This record gives sequence, C-alpha cells and structure tokens, in this order.
Amino acid sequence: MSKEKIKICPEFFDIMPPEYRDLVEQSTYGNEDRGWKDIGNSKELIEAHSLCAGCPESMAFRYILASLPNPEDTVMVGSTGCTSLVFPMVAVHNIHSLFGNQNAVASGLKRALTVRFPDRIKDVVVLAGDGATVDIGLDMTLQAWFRQEKFTTICFDNELYANTGGQESGLMRKGFVAKMAPVGKKFEKVRLPEIARESGCCYVVNLTVSKPSLVEKVIKNAVLLAREVGPTYIQMYTPCILEIGKNSMEGLQEMRDSEKPGERFNYKEYITDEAKQYLADIDKKKKAAAITAAQPAAK
Amino acid sequence: MANELSEVQKSLIGKQNKKGQTYTDPHHLFFEAPRTPAFYTGSEVIKEAIRRASVDVMVAYPITPQSEAAALIGELYAEGYVAEYMRGESEFAVMGQCAGAAFGGARVFTTTAGPGTMRAMENFPMWVGSRLPIQMIVTCRGINSPLSIQPDTLEMYFLLGTGMLVWHAETAQDFFDWMLKGYIVSEQPDVHLPLALCCDGFFVTHTKDTVMLTPQEMCLPPYDPYRSPVVCMDMECPPVRMMRDPFVMKSNYISYMTHASWQEETRAACERSRKHTIPLIGGLIETENTDADILVVASGTAVSQGREAIRLLADEGIRVGLVKVKSLRPFPFEELREATKNAKHIFVPEFNVIGWLAQELKAALPNNHRIVSGPHVAGGMTMPAEVIAEEIQKSLGRHVETLAGRGS
Repeated sequence: MSKEKIKICPEFFDIMPPEYRDLVEQSTYGNEDRGWKDIGNSKELIEAHSLCAGCPESMAFRYILASLPNPEDTVMVGSTGCTSLVFPMVAVHNIHSLFGNQNAVASGLKRALTVRFPDRIKDVVVLAGDGATVDIGLDMTLQAWFRQEKFTTICFDNELYANTGGQESGLMRKGFVAKMAPVGKKFEKVRLPEIARESGCCYVVNLTVSKPSLVEKVIKNAVLLAREVGPTYIQMYTPCILEIGKNSMEGLQEMRDSEKPGERFNYKEYITDEAKQYLADIDKKKKAAAITAAQPAAK
Repeated sequence: MANELSEVQKSLIGKQNKKGQTYTDPHHLFFEAPRTPAFYTGSEVIKEAIRRASVDVMVAYPITPQSEAAALIGELYAEGYVAEYMRGESEFAVMGQCAGAAFGGARVFTTTAGPGTMRAMENFPMWVGSRLPIQMIVTCRGINSPLSIQPDTLEMYFLLGTGMLVWHAETAQDFFDWMLKGYIVSEQPDVHLPLALCCDGFFVTHTKDTVMLTPQEMCLPPYDPYRSPVVCMDMECPPVRMMRDPFVMKSNYISYMTHASWQEETRAACERSRKHTIPLIGGLIETENTDADILVVASGTAVSQGREAIRLLADEGIRVGLVKVKSLRPFPFEELREATKNAKHIFVPEFNVIGWLAQELKAALPNNHRIVSGPHVAGGMTMPAEVIAEEIQKSLGRHVETLAGRGS
C-alpha cells in the first residue's frame, strides 16, 4: 500500500480521528531508515496500549513496530494472550484467530499474498506469547519452519501464561513455583532457539528488549531474511512483572539482570552462511548507494 | 438475478486465465452452457468442479475417504489450475492455513472427513466470525471408537451449530453443481460465510455415476476480496486501530452486546444466503407427491434410498411422498412446514445413531408426533430400501416379512 492510499480529502481532514491524521501527516511509510528513534513523534502504528503499567511487552511492541522495514506492506498474525490485547490498537493489518494456530495462519496468509501480489513484497510477521508458540502451538511453529515458510516468528517469552494468571509454561525456568507448578516446575526451560536452528530457521536470536537499537537491528534482519532466505525466529524476554512480583519500574532492570553472561537471555544468535551473505550484500548495496548520494554530480 | 458480481469480476468475464479457460458469467455457466456426460467417481467429480472454480489456495491432508479427492486437486495444481497447494500437518492446522489464505484474500478450498472434522472444529466458528468464505467438502465418515472409516453422518450434527452454511449433497451431480454455485453464494457481500458441503463418504466419493459437466474451458470469475464485509488483511486499505479497549477483556454490557450482535449478524447472514441459494440450486428442499399421507424426509444418500423405498411401497399400493432436504443451514423451516402440512406420518431415515435430522424436524414442525425418527443405520451399515419400506409398513400396522432373519 502506498502513502497515497491513506490521504484524506482536505474537506474532511479536521473531522478525522487524531490517530488517522497522525498516520497521514507523520507516517514513516516508505522511509527505509525508520526505527526506534521515531517512537517519540511517529505514533501511527501504536500509541496507547492496554497492558499493565510498565509492562516490558509494551516496550517490545513499540520497538518492533518502529523497526518493521515495510509496515505499509506488512501483515501481522497474533495469538491469544496479552499480545491479543494490544493488537486491536495496532494500525498494521493483524489477524487473531485462535490460540496456538498463528504459524498455520501465517503459512496460508503468506502463500495467498504471494499468489495475489507476485511482484511485490508483502511481509508476514507472527508475534505470539510463549504458551502459543511453544506449548499449544509447537506443532504448527515447527512445521512452518520445516516447510521453510517465508515469514518471521517472534515469541514474547515471559516464561509463563500471563494473561490467564501466571501458570506454568514450557519456557518457564525449572524450579519456578507457579500456578499449575505448585512444587516448582519439574523440567528445564524448553530450548526453542536451538530447536529453531535445527528445524530450518536461517536466523535465530534470543535476547531481551532492554536495548532498543539491538531490537531494531534484529527485527530488521529477521524480516529481510524471511523474505528471501527462509524462516526466522526471535525469542524476546518480556518479563511479566506482575507474576514475578516486580513493580512497574523494575521491568528494565529485570531484563538487564537476565541478559548477563550465563543468564537465560544472554544475547545468542544463530545465522546460516547464506543468511550472513544476504545481509552483507544488503549492507554493501546500502553503502554504495550512500557513497553515490554523497558524491557531487559528475559533469 | 440476486447473485451479482463486482465491477472487477464483471470486467474479467470473457477474458482468459493462464490455462486458457474463459471467465464465464456464473448464470451462463450454470444454466446455459452445454453439458457433456462423464462417468466419474465422486472424488473425480470434486476435481472437475475445482478445475472450473478459479481456486487460489487448496490445503490438503490425508484422511479416508477424502484423500483421493484432496490428492486429485494436487494434480490440478501441478497442471496450473490451482494457484497454490500444500499439505498441512493436521486438520486443526489445515483449517488455520485455510483461514490465513482467506484472510489474505484468496479463494480457498479444502476437504476433510470424520475425525478430521472434529479435530478442526475450533476453527469453524472462527471462520464464521471472521467472515471467511472458505469451501470445505466433508465426506462424512464415522467418528466413534473403536476406529471406523465407514460412512456415518454423525459429524454433520456438530457442524450445524457452527454458523457455517451446511448443505448435504445426495449425488455426484449435486456435488459438481453445488461446489461451483456454493462459491457464488458464499462470496456474496451480504453472506460471506464458509460453506460445509457434505456428502456421505464412500457412497458418493467412491462410486461412479454419470455426471453432466460444464465445458472444461469455462471457469468461474475469480474471488474479489474487496467485496468482503470485513477488511481483507493485505494492507491494501488504510489500517485503523480497531478499538481502544479490546472487548475480550471487558466485563460490561457493551462488550457482551458486541459479541452477541455479531453472532446474531452471522446467523442473519446465513439466513440471507437463501435469496442467493434458492434460485441457484432450485430451493432448499425438493419435493415429490407431498399430498400423500406418508412422507419420507431425508438428506444425502438417505434420499436415494428413500426414493427406492417409495417405489417398493408403490408396488404394495402404498403411496408415499418424498422431501429432499438440500440445505441444513439455513434450515428450510417454512418450506418444510408447507411440504409436510398434509402428512400424517413422516419418516426420517438417517445414516447416524442419533437421528439429528429427525430432531431438527421435531423442533420445526407442528404436530411432531407425526415424525418417526428412523430407520437409522450407523457405523458404515448400508440402508437397503427394504429397511425403510419395512419401517413404514410396520408403523402402519402391516405384517411384513422381516429382514431380521438375514443373518440366519
């Protein structure tokens, strides 16, 4: 969709909702350099949210939406959980259908968009919680990777079922006491990043959302690689401060603590050689373009 | 006629697709184009209908007795008649993949049966609420334990409350015509609902029948996703933030009312499909001799068996009328009341243990003591016409040579 499509007839401009006026006036559509730094003044994709005060998931949402390389042609697929409370307020077409089927929906969606728009790039990005990705939806998560479906899967890992009140999930740490794990979880945190690598993802990153610039780089890489090379998987720690007994202002510190060396969310990246080469080529082209742009026009 | 096309669709009429088929006005295709006979299995008929249906995406999964049809659509994909085709990993996933493709603006087709229908069940009310006009062929088979692969229509009972359009084909000819007509009904902006087009597995899928086919070089105009009453998820129209507070988290009247009114609307859309369906498939029911005191009311292949039973009874001097129920959702209340108003006895033969059609009729018709729920067969048993004839004669107090001695 081009920016032309969102323009408003001048006579009606003043009666349109402010969000829509923002979208028209300040949208970053078509700006290849859009990123987390636009968050302050470009609110076209997300502004309000209905999550708990200080929820790191709300930060993750902002960084991801600010980092999508092509939001004007991106469709997102969510699942049930806290993320499904935010998506109604996200101004990118997004689908919620059932709990756990997000990668199946995205497979059908990506194929349909490829049939309908053979000459254009339509990015598909899945964003779901750890229950949806790893427990109820694991089959469909993995099968989409086996089939090399070309879209990005982002898992908001808060290590429990937050929206239903803090029950044990597969990505929960061993020993953590939670609802449905009354004497502590009895098995290890599922190693989905490693499973993702073995299942055919060309780019896998495990990180927290404490550093917006890092999130931006990772999301851009993941979406660009999913277009051409293969499926990509991003697992992000978005702690549920409510269920781990933290205060609203403590989310950032919790993420910083858990990304230290040896901790669960120490930055970890797997990338195939083909994916590396693809990113290097993009980089090279960008640099060449920048040099050309900087040179005075030859006579 | 009520089944209008969009301007985009109209502009394509007369043009050719990449296989050289001509996009044809549906009315012409259905009612005026020359037909040629072919002797095909039900599965092959499904393939021939899809060849003419301009389907974008088909998702397949093996389960008896629909596997052959699902694989034959794969051949159409290989030949270029279907744009995209994949095997899913389970019926739950398949119906999600179908949903994704339909959300993305594709005309979508799938087939399933028995346990697969049950496994996928969570998807169907979601398809309805999301207004996805997916067509799903259900080749009914048993869902009981111990494992059965035999014909049995119990699964249809569970589909009746999903909000989908549910039609029950009797013959392969019904199938061929209704698949093509089904897309036209499903995709009308005031309907825009999924269609479960059911048939009795094996009896229809695995038997050969003569079917009158439309010309292979004519096909339906493609789906126009911008006729949908809800937004197509392709980022081709300006996205809006749908709401400040998602209704799922609100315990208040506005929230409840939103859900309730949308459920009412999807059911109303199902009812609105009548005006499109009736001229296309010749009414939601078909009747013969409804002035008779005795009627057989049935759907699917039970209609064929009922018709044979009526012939047997005619030889005995007993006159029996017939009502073929073609659409179960929408349910033909008025039509059935009218058709059964003279009947003193109404027999409802069914291929399932609970007799869901009889239940539906008992809830819909006045003086429902007239309704005899049965005969029933289940688990793959056939229903010989004699069994129906015997049930009717017994109810009339006639002594009949029972078939119960067959095993001795």
